[in-house]
Amino acid sequence: MSTPAAAAVGGAIRARRRAGSSYRRRDKYLRFVLPALVVIGAVIVFPWVFTVFMSLHDWQVASPRVWVGLDNYANLAGDARFRAAVVRTFVYTLFAVALPVLFGVLAALMFHQEFPLRGFFRGVFILPMIATPVAISLVWAMMFHPQLGVLNFLLSRVGLPPSLWVYAPDTVIPSLVLVETWQWTPLVMLIVLGGLAAMPTEPLESARIDGAGGWRMFWDITLPLTLPFIMVAVVLRTIDALKAFDTIYAITQGGPGTASETVNIYLYLQAFNFFQIGRASAVVVVFFAVILACSFGMLYLRQRARWA
Amino acid sequence: MTGAWNRRQTRRRFVAMGAGMAAAGLAGGRLGTMSAAELRRAQAAFDWKRYDGESINVLLSLSPRSDLLTQYQSEFEELTGITVNADVVPEQQQRQKQTIEFSSGNPSFDVTAVSWHVQKSLFGRGRFLSDLREMRDDPTMTAPDYDVADFAPAAITFATHADGRLDTLPYNIDYWILYWNKELFDQKGVAFPQTLQETLAAAEALHDPGNGVFGFAARGLKNANVPVWTSFMQGWGVSSIDDQNQMHTTEPAAIEAATLYRDLLANYGPPGVVGFNWNECQTTFSQGTAAMWFDGIGFATPLEDPASSRVAGKVGYGLQPAGPVSRHSGSFGDGIGVSAGSDKQGPAYFYAQWATNKRNQARVLAAGAGAPARTSAYSDPEALAALKVPREWVDTLVASGEIGLPSLPAIVPVTEFRDTFGIALTNMITGADPAQELESATEQFRPVLEQSLQT
Repeated sequence: MSTPAAAAVGGAIRARRRAGSSYRRRDKYLRFVLPALVVIGAVIVFPWVFTVFMSLHDWQVASPRVWVGLDNYANLAGDARFRAAVVRTFVYTLFAVALPVLFGVLAALMFHQEFPLRGFFRGVFILPMIATPVAISLVWAMMFHPQLGVLNFLLSRVGLPPSLWVYAPDTVIPSLVLVETWQWTPLVMLIVLGGLAAMPTEPLESARIDGAGGWRMFWDITLPLTLPFIMVAVVLRTIDALKAFDTIYAITQGGPGTASETVNIYLYLQAFNFFQIGRASAVVVVFFAVILACSFGMLYLRQRARWA
Repeated sequence: MTGAWNRRQTRRRFVAMGAGMAAAGLAGGRLGTMSAAELRRAQAAFDWKRYDGESINVLLSLSPRSDLLTQYQSEFEELTGITVNADVVPEQQQRQKQTIEFSSGNPSFDVTAVSWHVQKSLFGRGRFLSDLREMRDDPTMTAPDYDVADFAPAAITFATHADGRLDTLPYNIDYWILYWNKELFDQKGVAFPQTLQETLAAAEALHDPGNGVFGFAARGLKNANVPVWTSFMQGWGVSSIDDQNQMHTTEPAAIEAATLYRDLLANYGPPGVVGFNWNECQTTFSQGTAAMWFDGIGFATPLEDPASSRVAGKVGYGLQPAGPVSRHSGSFGDGIGVSAGSDKQGPAYFYAQWATNKRNQARVLAAGAGAPARTSAYSDPEALAALKVPREWVDTLVASGEIGLPSLPAIVPVTEFRDTFGIALTNMITGADPAQELESATEQFRPVLEQSLQT
């Protein structure tokens, strides 16, 4: 028989043993987790902390580093060129998402139908997506040339006046969106096509028996059921368009003037042309916050668009 | 620092260079045939093999001149026993790589080509390159036939810092000239313009967009376009930022030069010129659709290549036209330096020395790849005999040397200067008022300049 005091002592010892074995287990787990923590710390956490640290300094190549607090952020807020770049980035993103999504959905609906050589045409359709962005950008740059480019030649063949394409401030963003649409519509098509293939067929069969027309079936059944997949495409395209750099830089370098200067181009100039490391770091932090907010917004919408 | 340096960039210095070019009569070696053994015999007292077995990394920018260095690299390797790993990348990427690696304190290259007009002040402030004077003056390190005195005085001045440090050996000086299509000029009975106002009149006379001919081509793309304007400004006897770091970018001369720039490009330029860099201009001119093209002197080779140019044999090479006050040729330059952080100073200096020797400089001239910084190249009979471009090009080159002046200001934030004023110039082509644009650009750039002078 044990007294209550002895029982309490025994309980405390058992608890300590349990805790001890728990610590030991944790130690064992830590050995497995530690490498991953070190890698994450080295390649994600440290660069971010260091970027924030740099953004709080006036830091130029070949000059001493000076602590300036939030001055770089304040300067950005007062920089009309940066603000214009932010607006331009969103305008570009809006069209560079909307058009590929629109054409991608249409292409998916088309390629979901049965027709001869469907596999071959699907393969051809996704070719732009496979090509290297910088390589195709250089080809597009040649095609856009006002005098020697093939696009104006094609326009002249159908009786249309020539365009200045990327060589005029008014037409440069639409022209760049054209390249983006050409290249990334296939990606949207593939995602939505996957959604169409996974879609249950019973609702469509029921609707057909009930006498629903093609448009009604698309609007009330196909579209809602593929919406989660379309939202995935929208999220991916939005993130991709927001950070678009290679195409724009290779074709226009942000010009004419600043007519196609997005935040990424502005950032590149600050960091690698002007070597204003502190200021560029502030742009990175601000832009990361913007992309994060957009991503959360998109993920929230995607969550709402899930199948019930 | 920049002020003192700039003070020495006088017209007299550049005149001296041109005169030197014209007068020098040094005999040239055989450009492509002398073996390393022959070279060594010729310099028996000098030990080219003292670094035998070592290797060096060389970073060059993509250009016809770098092509020559890599083409004849085996000559250096045979002569010295040093293995060369040469990396040739496009100019813009090369400049970024240099700056980033230099600022890291541990550059991957031992020798590199440097654009004085863009990088000299920044690299000088960071002490990124070694002072070469000691090795240059050491007879055990510099071959007896290297002949430092053969470099044009202006080139040495261009390469030297205010405190006397010499961290690059001169390699090339790029003068801006006016390329003109002789066939189009003859058809319209127009004479080559000697002044900037005559250039405007000639552009008007030759402009015939209905037949696909445009009067004048030059860079409209921001940043790239600034040398066009600053070179024009020299015709008014004014530089954009003087040796006291005073900005003259809102003065009447600057506005008149900018107005001329706008009038030439907006009224007589090809459609889309606002987005043209030198390569678009070259394409336009080489296809015979531009009557004149104002740019650096290094484009003769592609223009005279019948495989890619429709104007081969029809190109005139003219001096930069005179302004109302004076006549100058906007000038830019390159040198070859040794990384201060390199632990292979000797082998690296040997490479810089070889790259800038008389033979390689003569090769540059013979190939039409640029304007050598050595005076002997211009009178090298073999180089002149091997010329792949018209003699008129060499004559214009030599004459430009007599009136050459650095076109861009010698300041650290020169890229920001080009970016800010480049946007203003682009805006002018699309209709903005020159005076207002220059006022606005000056207001934007002044704090950047002032900050750079404080650090």
